[in-house]
Amino acid sequence: MEVTMTVNGTRVSHDVEPRMLLVHFIRETLGLTGTHWGCDTSNCGACVVQVDGRPVKSCTTLAAMCSGHDVRTVESLEVDGQLDPIQMGFHERHALQCGFCTPGMLMTTRALLDENPDPTDHEIRVAISGGICRCTGYKNIVSAVRWAADYEAATAKEA
Amino acid sequence: MQTPAAFEYERATSLDGAIASLQRLGPEARVIAGGHSLLPMMKLRLANPEHLIDINDLAELAYIRREGDEIRVGALTRHVDLLKSALLAEHLPLFRDAEEVIADPVVRNRGTIGGSLCQADAAEDLSAVCTAARAHVVIRGGDGERVVGMEGFHVGPFMTAVGAGEILTEVRLPVRPGAGSAHEKVERRAGDWAIAAASAAVWMRGGVISDAGIALSAVGLTTIHLTRAEELLRGQAPSEELFAKAREIAAEDCSPMADGRGPVDYKRHLAGVLTQRALRRAVARAMKQEA
Repeated sequence: MEVTMTVNGTRVSHDVEPRMLLVHFIRETLGLTGTHWGCDTSNCGACVVQVDGRPVKSCTTLAAMCSGHDVRTVESLEVDGQLDPIQMGFHERHALQCGFCTPGMLMTTRALLDENPDPTDHEIRVAISGGICRCTGYKNIVSAVRWAADYEAATAKEA
Repeated sequence: MQTPAAFEYERATSLDGAIASLQRLGPEARVIAGGHSLLPMMKLRLANPEHLIDINDLAELAYIRREGDEIRVGALTRHVDLLKSALLAEHLPLFRDAEEVIADPVVRNRGTIGGSLCQADAAEDLSAVCTAARAHVVIRGGDGERVVGMEGFHVGPFMTAVGAGEILTEVRLPVRPGAGSAHEKVERRAGDWAIAAASAAVWMRGGVISDAGIALSAVGLTTIHLTRAEELLRGQAPSEELFAKAREIAAEDCSPMADGRGPVDYKRHLAGVLTQRALRRAVARAMKQEA
């Protein structure tokens, strides 16, 4: 069947099997391998992308269900060499070691800050509770999101 | 790699169209909404529908609104919207209690109330919430609508009153004076299934519990409706002694199985404790003393 959707601002159209999962459509059909394919059981959160601005587990969503919708993957964060503040925060606060969970964490926390620009540490922890990180113990991820929130607040004040 | 078996996909553009498709395609056709229960089952070949009817475009099924003495919730309303609903938080705070601990926030962006109820997994929270809240559901088929109370909704494990060619369209929740409600759950970690969970709703009049609804998740083959405990509470003034008796009944009337989440005696004990806590909070809320 034909699916047509916007991925990172670009309209894409492909003939796929109805059973193709969004994560495989993104990684294999589109070749965007930044989105990671992890547990395959909607537990780990490595595959999180945004669909219409909301974080969604792409291993538990059919590509067909996203036809006509707006999908954003981790590749959309950096623009012309300029990192998104959430990426800067992960860099500044060393919020990853192996990096496997990172694309899901970035897309989840980007959506958090878009909705709630000044989250408490508890709100950050709740937001990322659908993602599993086996390296950091989450402390540095929370710190990175805090860093990005502060950075965005300071930047907004300057502007 | 886990991939569902092949199926035909159809995007519904109207409720009547979706029902017509279900009737035309027969029992091997299934409705998909959030897909967070159905797709994992399809990956494991526990479900093998030949046709999926995607109802996600039916925006007319996504709402939470007051109509007379009811709150009506459309079947396609997502967990995140139940969690954020000020109307539900005001009148039926057990929904907010439950939604804070159902799956995780990312899953809650997709999963729906209709999907949760139709999945009818005994470990799922909203079936207990709706049972305690005395909900009715609207089921629509080719011959029109029928309204079914939660007591007649579950007909077995993973089985409901929704027949082939029918769709659950709405959940109706009574709003009555003197109401208080709460949901209590213990899980091993964020996003895991409950070890046990208890939903309680009470309706107070003149310092007395005029009616109560209590149900348990994850401690039986289906949602456990604690009718014996409800009977005990009716007409009584709330007290710690009364809650302790309800706790004993809950521990007796559930039928948990031993698994990785704990042995039977532990789960019985937990079901009792959670029932007691939920009742205590429900009564406190009814008396406007938030616990």
